Amino acid sequence: MRRTEQTRRLVSKAAGIAVLLGGGLLAATLCFGAPANPPPVPSIFKPESTPADWVFHLSAFVLAVTGTIFAVVFTLLVYSITKYRQRSGDDGREPAPVYGSNQMELSWTVIPILIVLVLFLATARVLHSVQDAPEPATAVEVTVIGHQFWWEYRYPALGVVTANELHVPVSDPAHPTPTFLKLLSADTDHSFWVPQLAGKTDLIPNRVNMMWIDPHRVGLFAGQCAQYCGTQHAKMLLRVSVDSPEDFDAWIRAQKQPANQDERELAGKRVFETTACINCHAIAGTAATGQFGPDLTHLMSRQTIASGAAENTSGNLRLWVQNPDAIKPGSLMPAMKLSDADLDALVRYLETLR
Amino acid sequence: MSSDAMAIPSAETAGQPWVQALHEWVTTVDHKRLGILYIVYALIFLVIGGVEAAIIRIQLMRPNNDFVSPQVFNRMFTMHGTTMIFFVAIPVLFGFANYLIPLMIGARDMAFPRLNAFSFWLTALGGLLLYFSFIGGSGLYGAGNAPDVGWWAYAPLTARAFSPGHSSDYWTIAVLVAGFGTVGASINIISTVLCMRCPGMTLGRMPLLAWLNLVMSGMVLIAVTPLSAAQIMLLVDRYLGGHFFDTQAGGSATLWMHFFWIFGHPEVYILILPCFAFMSEIIPVFSRKPIFGYPVMVGASVCIAFVSMSVWAHHMFTVGMSAYVNSFFTITTLAVGVPTGIKIFNWIGTIWGGKIQFKVPMLFCIGFLFQFLIAGLTGVMLGSAAFASQLSLSYFVVAHFHYVIVGGILFALFAAFYYWYPKMIGRMLSESLGKIHFWLFLIGFHMTFDLMHIPGLLGMPRRIYTYEPRPGWGPLNLLVSIGAFIQAIAVLVFVWNLILSYFKGPEAGNDPWDAWTLEWSMSSPPPVYNFASIPTVASRRPLWDLKHPEDPDSLYE
Repeated sequence: MRRTEQTRRLVSKAAGIAVLLGGGLLAATLCFGAPANPPPVPSIFKPESTPADWVFHLSAFVLAVTGTIFAVVFTLLVYSITKYRQRSGDDGREPAPVYGSNQMELSWTVIPILIVLVLFLATARVLHSVQDAPEPATAVEVTVIGHQFWWEYRYPALGVVTANELHVPVSDPAHPTPTFLKLLSADTDHSFWVPQLAGKTDLIPNRVNMMWIDPHRVGLFAGQCAQYCGTQHAKMLLRVSVDSPEDFDAWIRAQKQPANQDERELAGKRVFETTACINCHAIAGTAATGQFGPDLTHLMSRQTIASGAAENTSGNLRLWVQNPDAIKPGSLMPAMKLSDADLDALVRYLETLR
Repeated sequence: MSSDAMAIPSAETAGQPWVQALHEWVTTVDHKRLGILYIVYALIFLVIGGVEAAIIRIQLMRPNNDFVSPQVFNRMFTMHGTTMIFFVAIPVLFGFANYLIPLMIGARDMAFPRLNAFSFWLTALGGLLLYFSFIGGSGLYGAGNAPDVGWWAYAPLTARAFSPGHSSDYWTIAVLVAGFGTVGASINIISTVLCMRCPGMTLGRMPLLAWLNLVMSGMVLIAVTPLSAAQIMLLVDRYLGGHFFDTQAGGSATLWMHFFWIFGHPEVYILILPCFAFMSEIIPVFSRKPIFGYPVMVGASVCIAFVSMSVWAHHMFTVGMSAYVNSFFTITTLAVGVPTGIKIFNWIGTIWGGKIQFKVPMLFCIGFLFQFLIAGLTGVMLGSAAFASQLSLSYFVVAHFHYVIVGGILFALFAAFYYWYPKMIGRMLSESLGKIHFWLFLIGFHMTFDLMHIPGLLGMPRRIYTYEPRPGWGPLNLLVSIGAFIQAIAVLVFVWNLILSYFKGPEAGNDPWDAWTLEWSMSSPPPVYNFASIPTVASRRPLWDLKHPEDPDSLYE
């Protein structure tokens, strides 16, 4: 009884040291060169959602076990290469040959097998809990469609279509409102990875994948596409805005409205509808019903454009329409080559899409 | 049993014109010359792949850098990966196998000398084809030049819709052709080891190097063939209207992943087993003790070969397989750690009680032991499917496999170079340059690949040409890049050592390390026919028996 107590204390101590060391290293790197207004750090060790939290606890356990193995073997190695080095003034006699030892071999076979079993069981438990979690009736369903190189979000039950900035409600553990994501791809493989919310899951063409998140805290969470998907894989960023229930409802209500039909910006609207814009972009309530690019109905409700590559300012909008390669070289948005007058009108029109 | 018995005229005669020398090298079927050709060819590609790595690291030195465009960056990491695996690691290991196996088992050549030459030239052609893409890859459509689909070339990026022009075709055909070369070389090794051993050399007395290359070659036959099949299927997709991987027409992207990784994971063990072989030959000599637990070492290798055939889908933990499938591949992946652990413990057992001589080959072996330990443990983390859902596809996994390939395979190769160069060339490599090389490389390696794990934990995915200035990412990437340049300097020291010692190194003699396997019984470099009279052996350490007739191994084994 006392021995198990002692072992437990030892294990927890080792785990503590491992976590402390890892944490110290992390803290050091975080302080090192942090800008004045730091964007969120997508660290896997700062979970804010149940699946990420389960994986974090598993990772602490795996780190403790592997850390212990490392300490033991490292010590053995250092000891043997220092103790058995050839000393100066060696008599030149060959050391006694040892051809092997069955007991030793057996011990360093059986002990690793036991460690493997323990790690396997711990992993299988987390895998089952994360992947086979039942979907509660209160869950929000979102269909995520990966495109080269942006994200499409559809809320089929709520009648909302948006792009690049995902809004989900915060989930109170007492009354959970998790978000279940159905992952599809329109072209190549992508991977949805917001480290603080969950491990990554790929979006694969001709395949339906599922994942879920239940963020415990209101805020903005960053991530990005993790599966190489083509030229602009790097600037396919993910932003997940976790809203309070009231904010989320308000956001949904706003997104369900048709596009603002501001009569003063008819010139810009005409440019949009008479050029190639409508081949790819949709604006609800207008003639624009394109499907290849992001839905622009509520463009100005988003903080960024080009899948997080630039802030949503009128200067950037102008640049993006005229020369997308300046922001995101290799993106599939064509340079529109509009006259200055048309461009001004178009940007003014886009800015009415609140 | 030694070559002194009869002077066999060497093929080389002094003062021949270079055309004739070139002709001899091109038409040679001698396993030693082909081995050297493989090695030199791999070293050239090592430098090319290293330049590509340097371009990648310069681009990533700071956030939002614009040293190269995303298109160029994507080509660089594709070419870097493809080059290092298919045209550096495989050829250099086959080069050593080719050179050493006949010498170590007391044979005069490989079983099929012409197949041997054919295999080398196929591999060489593959590398040339891959690099010809820089010139010819734009093809009819003018879209891109070198392939930019990543070294796994995941479908559907390779479909014509996403990869117009011919860059993906060069990748496919280069890998296909090199794959045929690899299969040919493996058949040759298997035949040689099974049929060409000298009298007395039972399987149980064979040097571990021969054993491990036998196991490795068997794995090649099982692992490379599905890859070749997949390349042909891809060509059918691209040119004959097939739909295996063409997702736009209902093909399967995951099918390609399975095909690729049923090759790709065993491939890691195909590369590491010959390195285990170097360890198992070099550590005993510099510890002055026979290998600890020879039968267990053989058993563990065979066990690794079998288990590693059932772990491939751990590269696919994020593609949405069920919890049961993920669990299955978790336990198989963790299980490989057991025989691998046995090997590490047996090497410690070999060192234990010995008298270690810290010559340069041994220094690299010791580096290997520490680094392979860490690589194995990060592999355990990645083997746990749930933990891997965070780690895979991030810089953590990039750090992990570079720990295996650079910290493990490349360190083992450096050990092998310092150990066998005297046999191949007849001159010793400089010990002092070797020590500079070792310490510089060790520092650079740890600076690069220890730190590289951390951006992955902070959410940095792999294969991105640039990144936002997130806390920690910039400074860490800068340090990683600086480490890479320290490694590059170390490699230049190594190449300089190879060249300098070729002309100025001290004479090696037959047996500079006081070693125990047959290759050290003959002159350095060995005569064309290797053994004037085929030796007979009675134990695993024939030269020990020869040097210690009063206390031969054959009494104890």
